[in-house]
Amino acid sequence: MTTLSNTAIPDRPFVEASTSGGEVADYFALLKPRVMALVIFTALVGMTVSPSHVNPVIGAISLLMIAVGAGASGCLNMWWDADVDAVMTRTRTRPIPAGRIQPGEALSFGLTLSVGSVLVLGLAANWLSAGLLAFTIVFYAVIYSMWLKRSTAQNIVIGGAAGALPPMIGQAVVTGSIGIEGTVLFLIIFIWTPPHFWALALVKAGEYARAGIPMMPNTAGPDSTRRQILAYSVLLAPLGLAPVFLGFGGLIYGLVGLVGGLAMVGLSVQVLRRREGEAANKAAMSLFGFSILYLFLLFSALLAEQGLGLFRPVLG
Amino acid sequence: MSTVPQQLTPEEIQRRRKRSVAIAMVLAALVLIFYVLTIAKLGPQVLNRPL
Repeated sequence: MTTLSNTAIPDRPFVEASTSGGEVADYFALLKPRVMALVIFTALVGMTVSPSHVNPVIGAISLLMIAVGAGASGCLNMWWDADVDAVMTRTRTRPIPAGRIQPGEALSFGLTLSVGSVLVLGLAANWLSAGLLAFTIVFYAVIYSMWLKRSTAQNIVIGGAAGALPPMIGQAVVTGSIGIEGTVLFLIIFIWTPPHFWALALVKAGEYARAGIPMMPNTAGPDSTRRQILAYSVLLAPLGLAPVFLGFGGLIYGLVGLVGGLAMVGLSVQVLRRREGEAANKAAMSLFGFSILYLFLLFSALLAEQGLGLFRPVLG
Repeated sequence: MSTVPQQLTPEEIQRRRKRSVAIAMVLAALVLIFYVLTIAKLGPQVLNRPL
């Protein structure tokens, strides 16, 4: 939450924040640069698969603003979750729990970038894309971080919508509307999110429990989580091929989607079968790692086909 | 109301200087973005005017 003396987690380490301000790199870290890179990538694919074109200068500035908006929501998330971040090994070195940046500084930084990115995107592209970016920021920072994350095991399922929106924003920048291409890419990321995060949550269940976050393995149990991971992967595999049937995914995309989708299901079966000890952790981390590669390859294939002229239709 | 001036260490002064440079660069980038955006929005007709 906003102060590091929150009583929800009494045993977490209290770190006195520096009053002299952090390094420039600390402020950049607040923006979650790796998430920003992923957002730029998926929004670019959303722009590329759109049926019309945009001025490259306006497109580049729009992409930058989408990235800044995503970074701002990450910053607000870090401000709100500083107490939780302090008790998890993966996040305890972040600038706020480590004491390098004060919570109030992060809040101001995040709010300023949020408002600025939405306004500039509205002026550069159109107000539909700016509205979608504003919705994404509010959804991630308020709906997910402040409400869902600490209250329901469906937190990352519903909250996944925020991470899935960038392709739709990208398409809105180009066309000024919400099209089938952006919507399908939204659905692919949305359905991909639960098996991706729950695979990690199976391994980190102890840390999430200590932080008081009701992830699925902590509430429904590991076995139920494993079954749900498989169910989402079975749903994801055919959904990943939808662009082929809708005509904006070609032969390369179809092959990547088919092999990748089958691998996702196969790895999810391994997670379901290996339930004990190191083998269980290894299976879960294999699925977690591959899920990132799968999504990256799917979107790279679309980018290569539409952006580099490698599109070869599969149907018709 | 008077406040006690806080003595910054050389390291803190250096950090503050780097933050100031970063803010200046961001402001310069914003100026550039708005300039380029204006030209892109108006198109080549921006140069077509009576002299």
